[in-house]
Amino acid sequence: MKDLIRAALAVLIVSALLMWANAELGKSAGKAGADTITVYNWGEYLDPDLLKEFTKETGIRVVYETFDSNEAMMTKIQQGGTSYDIAIPSEYMIEKMKENDLLIPLDHSKIPNLKHIDPYFLDLPFDPGNEFSIPYFWGTVGIAFNPELLDGDYDFSSWEDLWDPALRQKVILVDSAREVIGMGLNSLGYSLNSTDEKELDEASEKLATLAPNVKAIIGDEIVEMMQRKEAAIALTWSGQAADMMSVNEELDYAVPEEGSNLWFDNMVIPKTAANVDGAHKFINFMLDPEVAAQNADWVGYSTPNKDALDLMDPELVDDERYYPDEEIRDHLEVYRNLGPEMLGDYNERFLKFKMEMN
Amino acid sequence: MAGTGKGQKLFLGLVFLILYAPIFFLIFYSFNSGGTMTSFESFTWEHYAAVFEDTRLIMIVFNTVIVALLSSLLATTIGVLGALAIVYMKNRKLRSTLLSLNNVLIVSPDVIIGASFLILFTALGVKLGFTSVLVSHVAFSVPIVVLMVLPKLLEMSNSLIDAARDLGASGKDVLTRVIIPYIKPGIFAGFFLALTYSLDDFAVTFFVTGNGFSTLSVEIYSMARAGITLTINALSGLLFIVTVGLVLGYYALNRRSKTLFTGVKR
Amino acid sequence: MQSKSARALYLIPYGAWILLFVVAPIALVGYYSLFDLHGSFTFGNYRNFFSSIYLRLTLSSFWYAFLITLFSLLIAYPTAYYLTKTKHKQLWLLLIIIPSWINLLLKTYAFIGIFGQYGPINALFAAIGIGNKQILFTDFSFIFVSVYIFIPFMILPIFNAIDRLNPALIDASRDLGANSWTTFRRVILPLTMNGVKSGIQVTFIPALSLFMITRLIAGNKVITLGTAIEQQFLVTQNWGMGSTIAVFLILFMFIIMLFTEQREKGGTGNGRNR
Repeated sequence: MKDLIRAALAVLIVSALLMWANAELGKSAGKAGADTITVYNWGEYLDPDLLKEFTKETGIRVVYETFDSNEAMMTKIQQGGTSYDIAIPSEYMIEKMKENDLLIPLDHSKIPNLKHIDPYFLDLPFDPGNEFSIPYFWGTVGIAFNPELLDGDYDFSSWEDLWDPALRQKVILVDSAREVIGMGLNSLGYSLNSTDEKELDEASEKLATLAPNVKAIIGDEIVEMMQRKEAAIALTWSGQAADMMSVNEELDYAVPEEGSNLWFDNMVIPKTAANVDGAHKFINFMLDPEVAAQNADWVGYSTPNKDALDLMDPELVDDERYYPDEEIRDHLEVYRNLGPEMLGDYNERFLKFKMEMN
Repeated sequence: MAGTGKGQKLFLGLVFLILYAPIFFLIFYSFNSGGTMTSFESFTWEHYAAVFEDTRLIMIVFNTVIVALLSSLLATTIGVLGALAIVYMKNRKLRSTLLSLNNVLIVSPDVIIGASFLILFTALGVKLGFTSVLVSHVAFSVPIVVLMVLPKLLEMSNSLIDAARDLGASGKDVLTRVIIPYIKPGIFAGFFLALTYSLDDFAVTFFVTGNGFSTLSVEIYSMARAGITLTINALSGLLFIVTVGLVLGYYALNRRSKTLFTGVKR
Repeated sequence: MQSKSARALYLIPYGAWILLFVVAPIALVGYYSLFDLHGSFTFGNYRNFFSSIYLRLTLSSFWYAFLITLFSLLIAYPTAYYLTKTKHKQLWLLLIIIPSWINLLLKTYAFIGIFGQYGPINALFAAIGIGNKQILFTDFSFIFVSVYIFIPFMILPIFNAIDRLNPALIDASRDLGANSWTTFRRVILPLTMNGVKSGIQVTFIPALSLFMITRLIAGNKVITLGTAIEQQFLVTQNWGMGSTIAVFLILFMFIIMLFTEQREKGGTGNGRNR
């Protein structure tokens, strides 16, 4: 009995020591403190140096947490067991969060830097008057490919190119229902927000014929797969493509002409926020042209901050692949929130699609 | 079938080779200056240095260990009491119901455990974070402790207790002087297994964590998505060596009792 | 024996645990499964489960779980048997368990590297003239890695069962003129059946619900019930449907536990469920 008690005590003491060590480490890392905000963001989607700079400038400490999908983020916020002050959802999720009353309206007088944002990205249908959200990054969905691994000259100006029988087992798709079903719809010339069962059936049938070419359907691992030349073609987001190219220069990225998705990630303040004032300060800080430029440089996605563009590498800013002009952008579609039934339908079709792959 | 033939040794060798291959693969590349797990450039210690410089990572390792130790301790306590309760239960039907309920979490898939705990915490209005993770880890570790302790209790003969009684021992004495010492190997085995359950868990923690709290496996998951860094390889190399060291120590200590993991041996 | 009040005291924390973390979650999952997306009562989720897609999913899930369990058993049984013959068998057993303590995700990433186009396996293939093969994202890689994960948990209970065997029985069988195969089939196997059943329990059911490696190793070309549950909870946010699939998984679990029930006490669950 004695040695059991001794062992239990040892466990308690070690735990207490580790807790103490953690508290000490936390202090030096700047985690604890009175004025704190918690930022909930995608992985690798913010230059960590900027968080330190924000703390230096405002005295507010930042707790930084990441999520891996809009839906996971919303589930956690809805659950209510958390207090996030800033979240960065995509546009369709903002509609959904508005519907569920999960957002706090923004006080524009506290965000003077809003003037730096390109008006093209303001007042969009998913959030009229930017009542709840401020654009953070934007981009497209398209095809990243490695010409060195392909026999023949492909430019992927059409979705149809993916169905080329010569591309057997070469295509990686992103594991996301809207993107893949949307590609099916776009390839037939339909809207990627279609709710027409007939159009969706056609798209599903068309997608099923892609099976021989599909190598895998995976998440963010796509970036590494492409960098390692494990795969030749990937359906992916422009920012991920930029990520791949930063390592593997021979890669290229194209947005097919039939149309594709134009997306926006936006900063919002969730209902669960504990420090609304600090959250506004953070948004304003991120909109500063120099900050935005540094962040865009680090993340690799396209910034909506027009004054930041002047501070960035002109070669990048003029690259139509990342900063397509308005004419091309008007060709693209923004995801609408289709409602839970339709989303369920999309997901079930996607599940079926996956099962047809084998 | 006497002795170990060459074929048998070869077979075992192959099994061990495969079991350890991915671990050695990870450790091998932790010394790669190239920064990826594809081409080995030259030898370096830099990734190991990086582990010790990354305060956040160290904090997460500590968090993981704290949760593992505390949850195992609590689970062992509850589990031992549970095993005693089961043994003393006279009603056969109730006893077997309790036992099969006990096994539910052992065979339940992690996803279901995680999702149902998330529902439960939502229903109870529990804040997600350290507490919810700790409670979940306790919850899924309890049954394995019961399963480790129960056989030891069953094999203990009643005459031992009767003898103690005859010698004038009180109920409390019987428990602390006779029963507990006898089932000690089972208790340690249970604690040990609870520890490994907790350290290895990803899915349950993923569902029930929040508010800045993270354990190593959840952290590795979110990192891995953005491309795994060799710092993580170095960290797992370190953890592997520490684990092997602890295990060898544990083996040396428990050699004589010969029960170790197989606390269920009769 | 202890007094009645003391016994009741033992039951309180354990009983509370059972109620809170076993009974309550099962009840909640069952409750949620009866509601649709708008929170109104329905049996629609159950009807939906019997639609072609989820039924097909269940069947393919069972097929893969069967294959994984079969291969795990084929490798684990001889391994366990040979292990009992070694000198430091307890140490060797520990060494079998150790790899399962290294983070599964990390090992999975290692397998991505090992099976990759430029990994050691393909390098070996090229060296012996087979040429480059696509290994990652195939049924083979999925089953291989799954078997890899489950082997230690299959070995543990079988090892215990074999180790408990009375050697006199084997000698007796020999003396009666039985050859090795007959001895194995008539004596060793029946006496170690409980260990095998435990091993099947801790492999088959978790194999039905593997997730993560379905994406990372099988490239989502294999979908399990676990993946479907995860999707319903975290992507579609249809908790009703997710719970319904979970209800069926729990049902399957009870059925399998019934089939693999042990006659004699004690041999159960030396394995783990991951």
